[in-house]
Amino acid sequence: MTMTSIRIDGRDCPTRSGINLLQACLEAGASLPYFCWHPELGSVGACRQCAIRQFSGPDDTKGRIVMACMTPVSENTIISIDDPEARDFRASIIEWMMVNHPHDCPVCEEGGECHLQDMTVMTGHNARRYRFTKRTHRNQDLGPFVKHEMNRCIACYRCVRFYRDYAGGDDLTVFASHDNVYFGRAEDGTLQNAFSGNLVEICPTGVFTDKPFSAVYSRKWDMRGAPSVCVHCAVGCNTIANAREETLRRVLNRYNTDVNRYLLCDRGRFGHGFVNAPTRIRTPLRTIDGQQVPVPMADALTAFARMAARGRVVGIASPRAALETCFSLHALVGPQHFCTGQTRQEHECVELAHALLDRHPGALPTMHEMESADAVLVLGEDVCATAPRLGLSLRQSVRQASFHTADDARVPRWMDAAVRTLGAECPSGLYVLTPAPTDLDGVAAETLRAAPDDIARLGFAIAHEIDPAAPAVTDLAPDDVLLAARIAHTLVAAGKPLVVSGMQYGAPALMQAAASIVAALARATPEAGLSLGLPECNSMGLAMMGGMPLETVMEQARAGEISTLVITENDLTRHLSPADVAELVAAVADIVVIDHTATPLCQQASLVLPVAAFSECSGTLVSQEGRAQRFFQAVFPPAPIQAGWRWVQALARGLDPSLLHMAGLTGWRDLDDVLAAMAVAFPRLAPAAKAAPGADYRMNGQKLRSQTYRASGRTVIRSFVNVRDQPPPGSPDAPFSSSMEGAFGPDMPAALVSGYQASPWNSVQALNRFQHEIGGDMRGGASGIRLLSRTASDEAGPRPYAYATDIPTPHTAQADTVVVLPDTRLFGSEELSMHSPSIMARATAPALGLPAGMATSRHMVLHLDDGAHVLPVEPVPGLPAGIVLCPAHMVARAFRFPRVARLERIPDEGERS
Amino acid sequence: MTPPTERPLTAMIDPAAGPPDCAAYERAGGWQATRNALGRLAPAGIIDMVTRSKLRGRGGAGFGTGQKWSFVPKEPAADRRKYLIANADEMEPGTFKDRLLLEGNPLQLIEGMILAAYGVQAGHGVIFLRGEYHLACARLHHAIGEAREKGWLGENILGSGFSFDIRVHSSAGRYICGEETALLTALEGRRATPRSKPPFPQTGGLWGAPSVVNNVETLCNLPHIITNGPEWFAGLGLGEDGGTKIYGVSGRVVKPGAWELPIGTPLRQIIEDHAGGMRPGYRLRALLPGGASTAFLDATAIDVAMDYGSVEKAGSRLGTGMAIILDDRTCPIGMIRNLEHFFAQESCGWCTPCRDGLPWVERLLDAIENGSGQEEDMDQLGRHARMLGAPGRTFCAHAPGAMAPLASGLKLFAADFAAHIQQGRCPQQPGA
Repeated sequence: MTMTSIRIDGRDCPTRSGINLLQACLEAGASLPYFCWHPELGSVGACRQCAIRQFSGPDDTKGRIVMACMTPVSENTIISIDDPEARDFRASIIEWMMVNHPHDCPVCEEGGECHLQDMTVMTGHNARRYRFTKRTHRNQDLGPFVKHEMNRCIACYRCVRFYRDYAGGDDLTVFASHDNVYFGRAEDGTLQNAFSGNLVEICPTGVFTDKPFSAVYSRKWDMRGAPSVCVHCAVGCNTIANAREETLRRVLNRYNTDVNRYLLCDRGRFGHGFVNAPTRIRTPLRTIDGQQVPVPMADALTAFARMAARGRVVGIASPRAALETCFSLHALVGPQHFCTGQTRQEHECVELAHALLDRHPGALPTMHEMESADAVLVLGEDVCATAPRLGLSLRQSVRQASFHTADDARVPRWMDAAVRTLGAECPSGLYVLTPAPTDLDGVAAETLRAAPDDIARLGFAIAHEIDPAAPAVTDLAPDDVLLAARIAHTLVAAGKPLVVSGMQYGAPALMQAAASIVAALARATPEAGLSLGLPECNSMGLAMMGGMPLETVMEQARAGEISTLVITENDLTRHLSPADVAELVAAVADIVVIDHTATPLCQQASLVLPVAAFSECSGTLVSQEGRAQRFFQAVFPPAPIQAGWRWVQALARGLDPSLLHMAGLTGWRDLDDVLAAMAVAFPRLAPAAKAAPGADYRMNGQKLRSQTYRASGRTVIRSFVNVRDQPPPGSPDAPFSSSMEGAFGPDMPAALVSGYQASPWNSVQALNRFQHEIGGDMRGGASGIRLLSRTASDEAGPRPYAYATDIPTPHTAQADTVVVLPDTRLFGSEELSMHSPSIMARATAPALGLPAGMATSRHMVLHLDDGAHVLPVEPVPGLPAGIVLCPAHMVARAFRFPRVARLERIPDEGERS
Repeated sequence: MTPPTERPLTAMIDPAAGPPDCAAYERAGGWQATRNALGRLAPAGIIDMVTRSKLRGRGGAGFGTGQKWSFVPKEPAADRRKYLIANADEMEPGTFKDRLLLEGNPLQLIEGMILAAYGVQAGHGVIFLRGEYHLACARLHHAIGEAREKGWLGENILGSGFSFDIRVHSSAGRYICGEETALLTALEGRRATPRSKPPFPQTGGLWGAPSVVNNVETLCNLPHIITNGPEWFAGLGLGEDGGTKIYGVSGRVVKPGAWELPIGTPLRQIIEDHAGGMRPGYRLRALLPGGASTAFLDATAIDVAMDYGSVEKAGSRLGTGMAIILDDRTCPIGMIRNLEHFFAQESCGWCTPCRDGLPWVERLLDAIENGSGQEEDMDQLGRHARMLGAPGRTFCAHAPGAMAPLASGLKLFAADFAAHIQQGRCPQQPGA
C-alpha cells in the first residue's frame, strides 16, 4: 500500500492507494454518511448513501456522481462531498429510507447511539414529504439474545452479509423483494449462529437490539463505560462494560486491531450476567455452628487471623482470577505454598503450551494475522467451542484464495460481493482434524474424524513429511499417509501457514505435534504460525507465574500439613472429584473462599469473602497468545466487595508480618504498586504493568471521564431515591473519573477508550474517529502488551528444533469400555457464563454423543468416578469407534479428559430385553 | 443454390405446423453453420465474423455481440470452465419476440448457442427461460433431446473435439432476472440481485467462471451469419446496424403482432403497413418504441428509423423493438401508473432509491389518477425522475428504465397531469 493524495472539496488530503473513497474521506476526517459499507464487511454499493461528485481532472467542472464506497482511490482523485447535487441526493436517500421507518426514536433502544439518527442529522433531512401509509412488518422472536423490530429496517443488508457471508450462519436471511424486503428467519426461533449478538452493533439502527440489556435498559449517555476484557475464554477479546446505578448493564465490543477487532462471540457478549445473578456473593459469610451467616468485614478478618494462627496457610489461585489476585496470594503464602488451582493434567498442559509458545520456532500470529493465513491446520481442537472468536478468524482465512483471484482480476479486496463472486469456487486451505464435527467443517478443504491420539500421530507424520529430521510415524493407515502428504504439501506451499491446536482433549501430544509441524515449516517459512488454545481467561498468566498442582495440595492435606486454605475465585468441585473434595475438606481445618459467585465449594468454606467481579475492579489478564490486557472498573459496588488482591491484603494485615512471604504486600496502595511488586518477583510478567497507562495517567492534566458529556447528571439519575447530590465514587487503581468530568478524545490511549463518541458520531460507528486508519491501528496506540515474542527470538539464527519423540500409540476401540472425550459447548461448558440467564437459556440439555453405530437405544448409562449417569443418546456423525462425547462439566461436575469408562445400554421402552 | 432469405430468423417458423424437427431443420438449411464452423473455423474466426456482421445485442442494451465476446478468456473449452447462457427471460411489458423464436424454432436457438459457445469456447450452455413460457419450455426440452440424440449436443460434436451441452432453467419469476448479472445470481440459486462490475460476466460470471449472456434473438442470428457471411448480414440492415429485427406493436392498432423486418425500418411502416394502422376511432398519441423501460415518443416521431442510433437521437431507445401504442382515448397517467406499478413491484430491493423511490412514485401517480393529487406531487415526481433517472445513482439500470416513461411522460403529458390535479379526477375516466 502506497501513500498518495486526493483533493476533497479543494483540500489536499494524504491517503493510501488501494482503499476506497469512503474510507479515504472518513480517514481525512470528513463526515460522509454511509450505511451498507462496514470496515469488516467491505463495500457492496447497496444503500447509495455515500454519493459524492468525482471529477476526471482539474479541468473537469462537471464531474459525475459516484458512490464513494465503490470507487477506489487513484492518484490525484478530485472529489466533492459538498457538491449541491451530491448533498441533495444523500438527503434523498435518507428520505427514502425514512418512508417506512416508524420514527419511534423516543421508545427505541438504539436511540442516542443510532447510526441512522446520526446520518439523518448529517444529511440535513428533517421534514417528511411522503404522505402515504407506511408498510409494516411482523417481528420475530429470535431467542434470548437479540430483539427484532423489522419496521425500523432501512434494508442496508449488513445483517445478512455479516450473519451469512462472514459468520457462516444460515438461519437469518432476506425474504421478499422491493420495499417489502424482510430480514429475519423463516419462522420465529433462536438465532443459531455463535456470533448473532454482533447484529446489535452491525445493524445501523434498532432492528436488532440487545435483549438482556433491554430488561435493564438505559440510554448510552446515562451509562458509565470502562474498557474491559472478556473473561469467558482465553482469547482475550476486548470489551466495553457499561454500567448505571452500580449494576453492569451490557457488554459491547471494543476494537483491538490485533485481537477481536469489530466482533465478539455470543458467550462473551452475553456471559456477563453472572455479575448480577442471584448467585452473587455480596457479604462475608462465616460458618457458625454449621450455618453460614453474614458477618461484618471486621469479624471476617478477625476470624481469619485466628485461623491462620493455627497453622500453615496454603493459597490456591485460579486461571480465571486476575494476575494481581493470583500474585497477591503468591505474596501471602510464598511459592512453596502456592497452588495454581489446576489439576496436574491441566497444569502440565498449560505449562507445555506456555513452553511451546515461548520457544516457538516460527511466528505467533495475532488473531487478525490468522485471518490472512493461507493454509490452516486445526489439530484436535474444536476452536468454535473453546475459543469461538478465534474460530471466526479461521473462517475468514479460507478467503485467501479468492483474494488472490481478485488481485489477478484487479478487483479490490474490499469490493466484497465481487470478490465473493470471483471466489465462488476457490479452494479452501483449511484442514480440520478433530474427533467430532465442528462449525468450521463447512468451509474446510478436508476434515478427518479420529481419536486425539490418532490426530496427534497424523500431526507428527505431517511434520515428518515436511522435515525428514522429525521422527517418523510407523503403522499409519494408507489413507492417513496420503492425507498427511496432502496437508504437508498445502502447508509447505503456503506463504503464511498456521497450525492451531489446544488442550480441549487434554492431550499434550496434540500440542507437541502442532509445534513440530510449525518447527518443520519454519525452516523455510519463518511466518509459519502456531496457536494453542487454553481453557481460561488467565491460564497463560498463571502459567507464567507457576505453582503447584492441586494433587500436591491433596498430598500435603492428607499429610496434615495444611491448616487453612485460601482459595481465590476457584470452584475446586469443577476440578476435583466429590471424594477428593470431601477428603480435602476433612483434612483441612479451615477453607477461606474469596469469590464473587456462590459455587458449591463455598458451602464447604468456613469463611466466604465477596470479591469484585471483572466489572467492579481493575486488573490484568494474559490471553492464550500471551497478551497482557487491563480491564477497568465500571461498577462501584458497595463495601465490602473489593478486588481480590485487596482481600488478600486485608487478610495479610491481620497476620504477623513474619508469616508473610512478601511483607510489602500490606503496603500496596493501588494496582500500580501490585504490578510493580510483581515485576520484581516475576520479571517475565514485568511488561504486564505496561498493558495500560497507570492510575497517575492524565490527559490535559485531567483524569479521563467515563460518562459522556450528555449524561443526565448524578442528581437526576438518583432522584427517585434521593435528590441530594452524591459525590461520584472513585478508584485509586485507574486514571478514570467515574463521572462525566474529565478528558476524552479520539487520541487517548487505546487501552483507556471507554466508549466511542465523537460528535456528530454517537453510535459505535464513531470508532472510525478513534482509528488512525480504518480497520487499522487506534490513534492512541496499541491496547495491551505481548509477553511472548511474535517472532522466533533467536539472534543467533535458527537453532535445531528438538522434535518431540513420544508419539502416541494408535487408538483402538475396546469391547467393554469407551474413551470419554469432552463435548465442549459454546454455551454450557464455561463456568461463569452459565450463571447468565440468557446463556443458560441457550445451553441445551446434556446428551451423550455416540458413534452412529453405537447409538442403539435412546438412553445409556455412563459409569464415571462419581457414579452412574443416565443420559439421552445422540449419534455423532463420524465419531470414531470406541469414543463417546460427554458435555464437559454438565454431567459430572469435575471431569478430567480423556477418561476410560464403562457404558451400559438401557433397552428402549417396549423393546424385548 | 437459392439465394438466402431476407427473413432468416422467421423463415422456418410456421405456427400452424409447429417447430421443425432436426431433419426438417436441416432440409431448410439448418446445421450448415455448425458443419462449417466446428473444427473448421478457429473460434477467433467466429468472433471476428460476428463483429464484422455488426450484430448488436437484441435484449435491449444493444451492445456489440462480437465485442462482448472478445473479453472472454481465450482458453479452449476443455481447459477452462466457461458458460454460454441464453437470456430467454422475456419479461419486458409489451415484448413477445423471443417467445416467437423459442416456440417457433428452438433448434435455431440451439444452433446459435453451439456457435456462440464454440466462438467463446464455452463447454456449458444454459437457457434461462421465463417461468411462464410453458410451451417454449416443452419445445426446448424436446429439441435439446433430439439434438443430443443426433449428436449436435454432447461430447465431441461432429468429431471436432468440441463438447457442449445445454440445460434449460425455468425461472422462478421476477423481472430483474432478465438483468444479466441478476440472472447469473439466480442461476446460482441465490436471490436475484444484480452484481457490481467488475468482474464482468465474461471474466467472472456464473460461479465465478467466464460467462456470456446473450439474448435469444441475438443468438438466433448466428447460424445465418456463419452460413451466409457477415457482409450479407450487415447488408440486411437499412442503416448503420446489421441484420433483421423482430419488431412488434401492441395497443389499439388493427393488427397487433410481431414481424421480422430489416433493422432500421421506419416506425411508420411498422405501424401502418404491418400493424394495419390505428383502430377506427383512435388516434396515435404517443408510443414506447421498445418496451416499458423506453421513453415516450410522441406522434410526430413516427418517421423515425427503428435502429439503435436513430431512436436514441429521437430521445428514446430502441430497446426490444416492440412498441407499445398510447392512443388518444387512454389516460396517459393511468398508463404510466400501470408501468410504475410494475417497476415498483419488480424492484429487487437491493438499493435504496429504487426500492423506496419507485413505490413512492407509484403512489403519487395513483393519487393523481384517482383525483387526490396535489401540486407538490409534481415536484416529487420530477425529483424522482431526476434522482433515479441518471445512470450511476442506482445499482443497476432498473430504476433508470422505470424513469424513462415517467420523465418523458411528465414533459409530454404536462397538461394532463395539471388537469388531473386541478379537476381532482381523471378527465378520461368514463362517467367523469
